[in-house]
Amino acid sequence: MFSKGSKQSNDAPPAAAEKSGGLLKSLKRGLSKTRDLLLTDVGDLVPRGGKIDEAALEELENRLLQADVGIDATSAILDNLRERARKAGDGDPGDLLRAAMLDILAPVAQPLDVSTANKPFVIMAVGVNGVGKTTTLGKLGAHLRDSHHKVLLAAGDTFRAAAIEQLQEWGERTGLPVIAQSHGSDAASVVFDAIHSGRARGSDVVLADTAGRLHTKDYLMTELKKVRRVIDKIEPRPDYEVLLVIDASTGQNALVQAKEFHQAIGLTGIVLTKLDGTARGGIVFALAQNLGLPIRYIGVGERIEDLRPFDAESFVDALLAQ
Amino acid sequence: MFDNLSERLGRTLKNLRGQGRLSEDNISEAMREVRMALLEADVALPVVKDFIEHVRERAIGQEVATSLTPGQVVIKIVHEELVRLMGESATPLSLNVAPPAVILLAGLQGAGKTTTAVKLARHIRDDLKRSVKVVSCDVYRPAAIDQLHAYADQAGIEYLPSDSSQKPLDIARDAVATVRRQGVETLIVDTAGRLHVDEDMMAEVQALNSDLSPAETLFVIDSMMGQDAVKSAEAFNNALPLSGVILTKVDGDARGGAALSVRHVTGKPIKFLGSGEKFDALEAFHPERVASRILGMGDVLSLIEEVERKTDQDKAKKMAAKIKKGGFDLDDFRDQINEMNRMGGMSSLLDKLPGTGQLPAGALNQVNDGMFNRLGTIIDSMTQKERRKPDIINGSRKKRIAAGSGTSVQEVNKLLKQFGQMQKTMKRMKRKGGLQKMLQGMGGGGGGGLPPGFKP
Ligand SMILES: Nc1nc2c(ncn2[C@@H]2O[C@H](COP(=O)(O)OP(=O)(O)OP(=O)(O)O)[C@@H](O)[C@H]2O)c(=O)[nH]1
Ligand SMILES: Nc1nc2c(ncn2[C@@H]2O[C@H](COP(=O)(O)OP(=O)(O)OP(=O)(O)O)[C@@H](O)[C@H]2O)c(=O)[nH]1
Ligand SMILES: [Mg+2]
Ligand SMILES: [Mg+2]
Repeated sequence: MFSKGSKQSNDAPPAAAEKSGGLLKSLKRGLSKTRDLLLTDVGDLVPRGGKIDEAALEELENRLLQADVGIDATSAILDNLRERARKAGDGDPGDLLRAAMLDILAPVAQPLDVSTANKPFVIMAVGVNGVGKTTTLGKLGAHLRDSHHKVLLAAGDTFRAAAIEQLQEWGERTGLPVIAQSHGSDAASVVFDAIHSGRARGSDVVLADTAGRLHTKDYLMTELKKVRRVIDKIEPRPDYEVLLVIDASTGQNALVQAKEFHQAIGLTGIVLTKLDGTARGGIVFALAQNLGLPIRYIGVGERIEDLRPFDAESFVDALLAQ
Repeated sequence: MFDNLSERLGRTLKNLRGQGRLSEDNISEAMREVRMALLEADVALPVVKDFIEHVRERAIGQEVATSLTPGQVVIKIVHEELVRLMGESATPLSLNVAPPAVILLAGLQGAGKTTTAVKLARHIRDDLKRSVKVVSCDVYRPAAIDQLHAYADQAGIEYLPSDSSQKPLDIARDAVATVRRQGVETLIVDTAGRLHVDEDMMAEVQALNSDLSPAETLFVIDSMMGQDAVKSAEAFNNALPLSGVILTKVDGDARGGAALSVRHVTGKPIKFLGSGEKFDALEAFHPERVASRILGMGDVLSLIEEVERKTDQDKAKKMAAKIKKGGFDLDDFRDQINEMNRMGGMSSLLDKLPGTGQLPAGALNQVNDGMFNRLGTIIDSMTQKERRKPDIINGSRKKRIAAGSGTSVQEVNKLLKQFGQMQKTMKRMKRKGGLQKMLQGMGGGGGGGLPPGFKP
């Protein structure tokens, strides 16, 4: 959806892509492109000024379901749309639909604020296996670095082979220091070290990677709770963000994941990755309705600059496009 | 989280009781329920539509035998059709080509290709008794080659070195030449994750495939995937002559509707399931199980097989009798903890039982793996007598046990209490029938074995 160049354009030296000007520009380009799509697409579906008939509703329902919005959130959106149509009478159906969807997503589009009196601010990425936690932290590190924060990476995935090396390579790409211990060491102790080391070096933000884990594995969830307890005990207690990373192509299980991780460690935000494919990430509607957690960023590729703050409007537009 | 289909159909079709045949009128509501259940299980919408049409045609005019409810009749049809569409069961790898037989793995980012490469290598070496090496052509993902090498080391599999400065095609060609020279029979080629819309990357994997002419070109897909599974599977299937599919991360609790979507659009057999991060977590695919899972009926069959495969039957029989009598003591419990740990923990067993969804959330939380492990150490510090009659554990005994297990009296108390609750939970499950089925499976034996060469 948020299309970008091929992965092979990765060959270009990272430095060329890293400039923050480039980030802003490509973000704007992305936005205007999805807006165009909205005007053509929903316009076709429900002609401007036209009535919303059952056929149009069914087509809308299909699109929402195919974007992984799920049955409950889809019917909530369509109910809201009907209600708006009844009240507004001849309002433009495309606008009404967008409004109905934004009712759900606008409240959770809250940017992440890393300012804190107790530096460093700690950001921990958690989630099931392979969703993009490590990559997201690499990209986020670059993003924060570009907004003049002193960033430290912490290799808290001590479980998966080569996870430390992977983050270290991101450290090299972004020019950010990485705190790591050996494979198999205690994740909580890595994070603890990193926060203290961050304090000593005057870091603004510590980005802590964690091993991918299925929410169904209690012993792994217990390990995560321990990491959190360790952070909580540091004096003065650092402010932190626990980001749940979700792959945009995930189906209805994402809601179960979010509930379980939230219950285990208390999430404070969500990142939705891999939106550069054809997956629409519609599950965020169910997430917003059920948990109301802020959605912070979206991942739109594997390159250093492929992270965007979550924007509800452009997200809705891209979701409706076919 | 969701009601399962049998419960839903039970409700919708209740008023059909006593009617002799399913008619067009009375099944349309049932079909709506089936549609919802499939969508909630992440079967892709176009696939759901085809499937429903199919089932509807088969259901109309079906006689409802007096022994069954109309809901059961519909479920049976739905389940049978799902199984049929899911395809052949346990299709083995076909590696009978002039050596070296090459296996190419392709798929989206993070699907589990690298992990699966090493799992397959172990299966090929240990079960198929063929020599095998792995090689990584992923020159993009940071530390991807290190990852494969480290996995291979962990699993005792040999790998061929490669470097991210090389071209994937060169790596693969060199690797084939090397294994041919070395007389190694099988080569597994891991590739970078790629999006189906990334034309250059799809062209790259196409070039790899046509150069290598693999014996197996396998599409690796995450079982948690939603509606987009159809689009990506279609694109990979169009780009590559896929010989099969591997569905990963089934050790989670996703319903796995993607399996049906992929099968529907590619027509290719699902050859294996990835069921964990460990390298022996590769299972043969059985359509009935995945069908049951999609329908939320509990993976009873695979549970039974797992239990059969890994537990001592006599012990299981004794245990079944004890639980039935309610004489389940801490000693048995200690044995069970060991068994459970071997089988991936209690929660993974419970996940597979039907009916546990209806237990109160609190009851299920009592039964978590961490608790089992702690309880294990505490029980180890008890005397034989205490284990048989936990009631005799008084204050001073508790102190001794706590000291011996490096825990506190409070913890001993808590765990004794939890054990009591757990006994209740087990009794409740027994009443619901779930445990009974599990125990029948444990005691009864028979059926469900893997075909030869298939014990992953
Ligand atoms: N196309 C695309 N790929 C992504 C994106 N984010 C991550 N990836 C890729 O997804 C794969 C997995 O990413 P990781 O960052 O290793 O995921 P993880 O969650 O850390 O994985 P584990 O630590 O193994 O659980 C890699 O190939 C990444 O390059 C994204 O936004 N778009
Ligand atoms: N629980 C579970 N985790 C799995 C399974 N298969 C793979 N994983 C995990 O999923 C994550 C991604 O696995 P990889 O093998 O790196 O996936 P990949 O497809 O090679 O990823 P890319 O090369 O980045 O595209 C890792 O954390 C693995 O440990 C499985 O069957 N169950
Ligand atoms: Mg990682
Ligand atoms: Mg890989």
